[in-house]
Amino acid sequence: MHVEAHDLVKTYPPGVRALDGLSITIEPGEVFGLLGPNGAGKSTTVKILTTLARADSGTASVAGHDLARHPDRVRRAIGVVAQNSGADPLATARDNLLLQGRLYGVRGRDLRTRVGELLDRFDLAGAADRPVKGFSGGMRRRLDVALGLVHRPVVLFLDEPTNGLDPEARSAMWAEISRLAGSEGLTILLTTHYLEEADRLTDRLAIVDEGKVLVTGTADALKGSLRGDAVHVELSGDLDEALVRQAIGAVVRDVTVDGRVLSARADDGAAAVPGVLAALDRAGSPAAAVTVARPSLDDVYLRHVGRRFAEGVAR
Amino acid sequence: MIRQTWWLTHRQLKALARQPGVLVITLMQPVVWLFLFGNLFRRIVDLPGFGAGSYLDYLVPGIVVMNAVSANMWAGMTTIDEIERGTLDRFLTAPVRRGAIMNANVIVAAASTALQSTIIVLLGWAAGAHYPGGVFGPVALVVLSMVLGTVFTGLSNAFGMAVRQRESVIGLSIFLLLPLTFLSTAFMAESLMPGWMQGVAAANPVNWSLEAARGALAASVDWPMLLGRGGWLLALAAAMVWLSTLTFGGYQRKV
Repeated sequence: MHVEAHDLVKTYPPGVRALDGLSITIEPGEVFGLLGPNGAGKSTTVKILTTLARADSGTASVAGHDLARHPDRVRRAIGVVAQNSGADPLATARDNLLLQGRLYGVRGRDLRTRVGELLDRFDLAGAADRPVKGFSGGMRRRLDVALGLVHRPVVLFLDEPTNGLDPEARSAMWAEISRLAGSEGLTILLTTHYLEEADRLTDRLAIVDEGKVLVTGTADALKGSLRGDAVHVELSGDLDEALVRQAIGAVVRDVTVDGRVLSARADDGAAAVPGVLAALDRAGSPAAAVTVARPSLDDVYLRHVGRRFAEGVAR
Repeated sequence: MIRQTWWLTHRQLKALARQPGVLVITLMQPVVWLFLFGNLFRRIVDLPGFGAGSYLDYLVPGIVVMNAVSANMWAGMTTIDEIERGTLDRFLTAPVRRGAIMNANVIVAAASTALQSTIIVLLGWAAGAHYPGGVFGPVALVVLSMVLGTVFTGLSNAFGMAVRQRESVIGLSIFLLLPLTFLSTAFMAESLMPGWMQGVAAANPVNWSLEAARGALAASVDWPMLLGRGGWLLALAAAMVWLSTLTFGGYQRKV
């Protein structure tokens, strides 16, 4: 196992429980995602696993080294791309990379070759000798990832790698992360609050909420476990939840109500729609809009967390 | 450790070299003081018992020391910048010794203090200050200003790391700078201070550096004064750097 965390607990004063018994296991070469809204405990997990913060209790090992006993061995084996990776804005991209390599003991020709290679690979060669403060958000983020890779780590931590990027820069970053996963046998732990990102990039993911892992699996398996299509109905007015549940309970299953939106599952979503609409009319809560979809990660999230993901983000 | 210290120092020196204007701008203030106070208080030496021939001679070490305090008090601001930017976290998750990070800060601060002190000494000389003991006195003054600067770099770093608020670092700096300089022999001879002030000055590290520097600048060097006060100053500087390195632990408990 490249990352093994067991029952991590972390409390920040005054008594905010950031992690509440979080456990994950990541296999070599795997891209593992931690998915959850802000404040779910993703960044805290990364800080603990990268030796920056210490857990109050629980055990963890990274790249085969125990975090508590050999933090220095862990540091040598990992690359960290934090939310603010702190490239020196006054220094050039090349100088930032050279310094990072030197801090890990990479030297001489080996270092210069590696830095050149990374500048090419992250499409920064043209701007290599310009100060970082003039870089765009996308360039800066690519440099951050390059900084995490200079010393050829075994495990790479990417904390919200595409947060704040425009759509174009985001898809470029996705392509880069997919390539990384394929080459160098790198194990990647990635945190995100974008469902699509978790869906596209990860081999397995864990949905995290309030400092705990609610469910772990591949995106496909998680979606498959929902058995059936999702039917979402937006009602035109306020609803009497008990009445609505009773009305459509016979047509669809797993009904959840979230504000004016109700979601349910059916083996054949399209076939279930007329029945649902008729039932709602009878219950006095006519529908304003109906969508039928193959199960998405958002549905998985709703099922396990009990609310829609977008709301969790806004909280 | 030494290699890491060097590379981290190299990084900051390179950043400084990229904006030499910063050093020049921070020098404006002490230069203004030097000429303003030098003229304003010129007649002070006529007071019975002052003991110096020219006020400018007396003032140069005072300005050098005041600059060393005020310039190094801002170290905490840089630390806060580096925390917010994520740079400190990046170093802390790399196999970098905590001591190397702090040493680099101290070395860079000492190097820029040395440069500024030298410029003030030379400007004083150009304006007519005398250094009767030759080159030794001014060199000792520059070295002492570096050590004193280290005391305040350490203090400001530790404080910045602990509170992580720019306003507090500015507050500390404003709170300490003027009392520490005026409760010392920077501008006024000790014998002419009120008794209680002499007592405070005796415990004031800014004053230790001044007394040591004046001992070194005299026509015949006052070795016991230079080594005694200088030794205490050095010990305090080491303690502050140590304290400042300890605050990494406190910081990591909070992140």
